[in-house]
Amino acid sequence: MREITLSQAVNEALAEEMRRDDTVFIIGEDVAEAGTPFKVLSGLVEEFGTGRVVDTPIAEPGFVGIGVGAALTGTRPVVDLMFGDFLYLVMDQLCNQAAKAYYMSGGKLNVPLVLRTNMGATRRSAAQHSQSLHALVAHIPGLKVAMPSSAYEAKGLMKTAIRDDNPVVIFEDKLMYNDKAPVPEEEFLIPFGEANIKREGRDITLIGTSSMVQVCEKAAELLAKEGIDAEVIDPRTIVPLDEAALLKSAKKTSRVIVVDEGHQSYGITGEIAGRINEKAFYHLDAPVLRMGAMDVPVPFSPALEDITVPTPEDVADNARKLMSGEMIHAA
Amino acid sequence: MAKTKTNTEDYLRMYRQMVRIRSFEDNANQLYLSAKMPGLTHMYSGEEAVAVGICEALEVTDKITSTHRGHGHCVAKGANFKEMFCELLGKEEGYCRGKGGSMHIADQSNGNLGANAIVGGSMGIATGAAFTAKLLGKDDVTVCFFGDGATAQGLWYEVMNMAALWKLPVIYACENNGYSEYTKTEEIAAGSITARAEAFGIEAHQVDGQDVLAVNELAQDLVARARKGEGPFFIELMTYRYHGHHVGDINREYYRSKEEEKDWKENRDPIIKFRGWLVEQGIASEDEIEAMNAEIKKDAAEAVAYAEAATYPEQSEVDMHVYTDIKHALERDTA
Repeated sequence: MREITLSQAVNEALAEEMRRDDTVFIIGEDVAEAGTPFKVLSGLVEEFGTGRVVDTPIAEPGFVGIGVGAALTGTRPVVDLMFGDFLYLVMDQLCNQAAKAYYMSGGKLNVPLVLRTNMGATRRSAAQHSQSLHALVAHIPGLKVAMPSSAYEAKGLMKTAIRDDNPVVIFEDKLMYNDKAPVPEEEFLIPFGEANIKREGRDITLIGTSSMVQVCEKAAELLAKEGIDAEVIDPRTIVPLDEAALLKSAKKTSRVIVVDEGHQSYGITGEIAGRINEKAFYHLDAPVLRMGAMDVPVPFSPALEDITVPTPEDVADNARKLMSGEMIHAA
Repeated sequence: MAKTKTNTEDYLRMYRQMVRIRSFEDNANQLYLSAKMPGLTHMYSGEEAVAVGICEALEVTDKITSTHRGHGHCVAKGANFKEMFCELLGKEEGYCRGKGGSMHIADQSNGNLGANAIVGGSMGIATGAAFTAKLLGKDDVTVCFFGDGATAQGLWYEVMNMAALWKLPVIYACENNGYSEYTKTEEIAAGSITARAEAFGIEAHQVDGQDVLAVNELAQDLVARARKGEGPFFIELMTYRYHGHHVGDINREYYRSKEEEKDWKENRDPIIKFRGWLVEQGIASEDEIEAMNAEIKKDAAEAVAYAEAATYPEQSEVDMHVYTDIKHALERDTA
């Protein structure tokens, strides 16, 4: 199968959906000729014109609000938020307006909007351009949240997001834009709420999101050399969450680590760990472990930044401790 | 008063719609005072000529966005009393199945994209609705209603900028009722409000919001021009709210005097003024007007009684309408 970058995958997904449906348009800062700072959208304005690939002023609440109004009235906007860190700027439009319109109107108004943004540290971009804020929006009923872990997922989830009649926030890891993966030439979609078992294993389950899926896979390789057989699962969407797949794996292996790049406290790792504790408690041989990003603002210095995000070695270390029972004795 | 329409039916409909709003609000206030209504609400009484003058210039396919003080817009855009009162009382037959309440009434069938409880929160939505018209080549116009208080929100300046750059068919209608919640507008608004729109190259007008014909004449002109791609536009409508910020804001002499309220009610009431004009022009007799008033009063009373007797939504509805494709949201991760 051909291999393309995550960036190309997103571009293809958008182009295909825009060809399929005239009501799909892209709006955001420097999305047209510039194709975004990451060049993900390069070429789209040439095909679809500035009427459908719309450059905006630097006014995030304004253009997200315009996206909400456009979605309410018969279009499917893909709103481009240049950095995930700018979510704080648009929280009212996203969480008070988009997320609640369908509910507050008793099912009369809906908002088929995609907010595409990014996440991920270790790009030396410091505290306001490095955050992974998916937990903020996953907390809000009415929003769906997708976290592609490779080019394949980036394409399939984006196409599904655009066709979804609800507001969807899709987080791309900005460090993965140039990572290649096999992506079929023919059209495909990835349904929301279906986890992907990336690697089967018997001894321990590693649940990872976005780039942490690769971290988990690398950890599994390290562990395999020591005779520990790890299963790696990618939920692909955290809202909706394929709870059944996660519970099934937890019951099979009896040990689970949840790895995610959002801050650890009050985050995705705690949520998933909590559900496994509640629903698979008698199957567990060790506490479910959370591994999120360090609870500090993301520092600039590489010497500091690199230690804030879980690494394959960190995950493998914790897996060994869970296997040996060390974690139980520590409690 | 400016004379803009020669059609008797149009005049009488405008009058009826203004009285319907007043009547709706009088009943809503009574429901609050008699503790029959959950929560509280914000009365539109006194501002009727604004909503009616503008909405009478719109087609049913045109869109509006409304505010926390939104009953007037809702009625003026064509809503029914029954579904509105049901919504205020949290009943299943309400416009939003009781899930929105007074501050979130939406009536999609008449192009009302909803009231909004975030002050200024609908400015992006209205501008986006106008963007849709442009993108899809429709000639719909969107009117964004908001109060003077909302002119302090940054969102307005962001979306006005884009609306002006892209010539969107949106009309920003600022209902300046003199008060931003419990504070005089002059204490929260520096300089001129119309000049703020003009700074973006947007044609701005100020109009007497108590004169329904003046409002309607201006609105008709601007709506027609917006339809032709000459928008956006801004209107500041000078008006007055008879009640407090909300129904519970009763002792308000610390921010405005009873004399001031009395003056507006007695000398600048939009309904009394228009009624006088209708009689003077021979469009309706006093008897005909009284008959109309009585009929509307009866309609409102019947709708209230209907809503009071209506059923609440089943509890199983609590997690419905969160997502379009997931019937019960609480089962979203286990389905």
